[in-house]
Amino acid sequence: MPGRRSLFVLGMLAFGFAFLYVPILAMIAYSFNASRLVTVWDSANSPTLGWYVELLHNSQVLDAARLSLRIASVNATGAVILGTLAAFALERYRRFRGRALFGLLTTAPMVLPEVITGLSLLLLFVALEQTIGWPSGRGATTITIAHMTFSMAYAIVVIQARLATVDRSLEDAAMDLGARPWKVFLVITLPLIAPAIASAWVLAFILSWDDIVITSFVSGPGSTTLPQLVFSKVRLGVSPDINALASILVLIVTVVVVAAGTYMARRDRRRLREAQAAVAAS
Amino acid sequence: MTAAPAPRATPAAPPGQPYVRIEGLTKRFGDFVAVRQVSLEIARGEIFCLLGGSGCGKTTLLRMLAGFEAPTGGAVFIDGVDVTAVPPYERPVNMMFQAYALFPHMTVEQNVAFGLRQDGTARAEIATRVHEMLALVQLEGYDKRKPHQLSGGQRQRVALARALVKRPKLLLLDEPLGALDKKLRERTQFELVNLQDRLGVTFIIVTHDQEEAMTLATRIGVMRAGEILQVGTPTDIYEFPNSRFVADFIGSVNLTDGKLVEDEPDHVRIDCPQLGTTVFVDHGVSAPPDAQVSVAVRPEKIQLTRERPPQVDNVLSGTVTGIAYLGDVTRYLVRLPTGFELRITAPNVFRREERPAHDEAVWLHWHPSATVVVTR
Repeated sequence: MPGRRSLFVLGMLAFGFAFLYVPILAMIAYSFNASRLVTVWDSANSPTLGWYVELLHNSQVLDAARLSLRIASVNATGAVILGTLAAFALERYRRFRGRALFGLLTTAPMVLPEVITGLSLLLLFVALEQTIGWPSGRGATTITIAHMTFSMAYAIVVIQARLATVDRSLEDAAMDLGARPWKVFLVITLPLIAPAIASAWVLAFILSWDDIVITSFVSGPGSTTLPQLVFSKVRLGVSPDINALASILVLIVTVVVVAAGTYMARRDRRRLREAQAAVAAS
Repeated sequence: MTAAPAPRATPAAPPGQPYVRIEGLTKRFGDFVAVRQVSLEIARGEIFCLLGGSGCGKTTLLRMLAGFEAPTGGAVFIDGVDVTAVPPYERPVNMMFQAYALFPHMTVEQNVAFGLRQDGTARAEIATRVHEMLALVQLEGYDKRKPHQLSGGQRQRVALARALVKRPKLLLLDEPLGALDKKLRERTQFELVNLQDRLGVTFIIVTHDQEEAMTLATRIGVMRAGEILQVGTPTDIYEFPNSRFVADFIGSVNLTDGKLVEDEPDHVRIDCPQLGTTVFVDHGVSAPPDAQVSVAVRPEKIQLTRERPPQVDNVLSGTVTGIAYLGDVTRYLVRLPTGFELRITAPNVFRREERPAHDEAVWLHWHPSATVVVTR
């Protein structure tokens, strides 16, 4: 039926979006609720920004957010560096002993149950502390290392996929023109895979930002990440400031995603226009 | 063959000191032999074309000259220096890649300057030489563009400028014109030869396009299955192929099997059952008597007439079964009484001319010197 969309298709679209986003919208709406009881809408005093104000004065939440931010950034940076090296080895050296095993082992943490990863890392950290005295106790360091182990696996997949599309003759050409292998990597390969490195960084950041299972195993006293805080708060009965906190997070994510999407769409359109102009002018 | 006239004044290779010497070069990938015992000598200032179908090993050979592949055996000398173990970034050789391999994140200027920058050339000198080079390939004013803002022909010229800016002793070109359309390709062929003439750089070109090879090359090396079958000037390769494969690969040819029946130093006769006659050749053939040989006659060497020609040798009769009028020439397919079909190309000299029609009985003949006899 050209020109007319079927009701069924539109209905499915509406249902799909509702399924994904109605809960989040409800949560945002309730973050403006004045009532202390999460499930009761206080229509007399709502909407109010009270919970947001309270949140800003809650040092516990702010500390947890700061810690999560720090762990997520350090983790993402480390995961991207290790991931790039591993992806380069897998993609550019097609024939080396144990290549298949290496590929399997680097990406296995993606499918490994988090409980197993968490428990095994806890055992490792305890054993290490007993034998070499490092890391002393569990805290931000151990959480960061633990997060790196699994987010690196995702980084490898993202970066390797991009690396596979980079024309190898570009690297050959640079070498032919006198650049040594390390220089070729820095000035040719790295700029070309930069978009993938950026997305891998964001992905690793988000994986770390909302991880709770592995974090629970390897965190110690005084190092409570934001997800841990939220989780413990919810266990004691949901308080409405959680809604405000979550709404802020949703807002941040939305802004970042929309901005990145708009930027990339614009850039692609511009490139297409310029390419067409070049062909038309010749 | 409808090759454009050769643009260079001196068609033959200058004999003298070999500039590039390849000795017994071999490359194996596992069990597969990509290049087998290739030995070649190329003189300074030559345009040498490696010609062959896909998978014949020509690109592997070129990559070994550039240093991207380490040979399994053999050696490469450039200007008398053994460069077999020299890494690509230290060889006095540059390469122009098949799809140009321009760095997409750099401007035209940065692309061309890249090689000089690696050598630590002074900034002012880089700027001068880059602009000289861009002027040479007629791309002034394009220096701030990115590769995606260029047309195919412009990209090809940027790639050429980038490969030539370091003044290499030897330039390797991998299918240099393969990505251009036909009209542009013909024009670029001449530009490439002019440029090479002015700069005096030795070119080694890899191509699968025989017309390109014939137009550009001072000499051609025909490759098959990792081996070089014949090396010679375009005329040598076309008029005096040394094997069935070369005769068939270059241009169009009528090939048939035969047996030597009369073997004299100044002439031979070959019995060709498929033609239903014996073929007379006005020169001797180095083959044992009764040897199985192949006889090759180019379509443009065969004359097609309505009347019986006066000569006695190499005369056949048949009927026209196919006609293709191409403007400059007409191609005919003529079926002999034996059922064998011969291809004939006749130039269209007159505008109004009664040309043979379908199913018409015609006579064919060719000069004894036009026959090529190959033993393998």
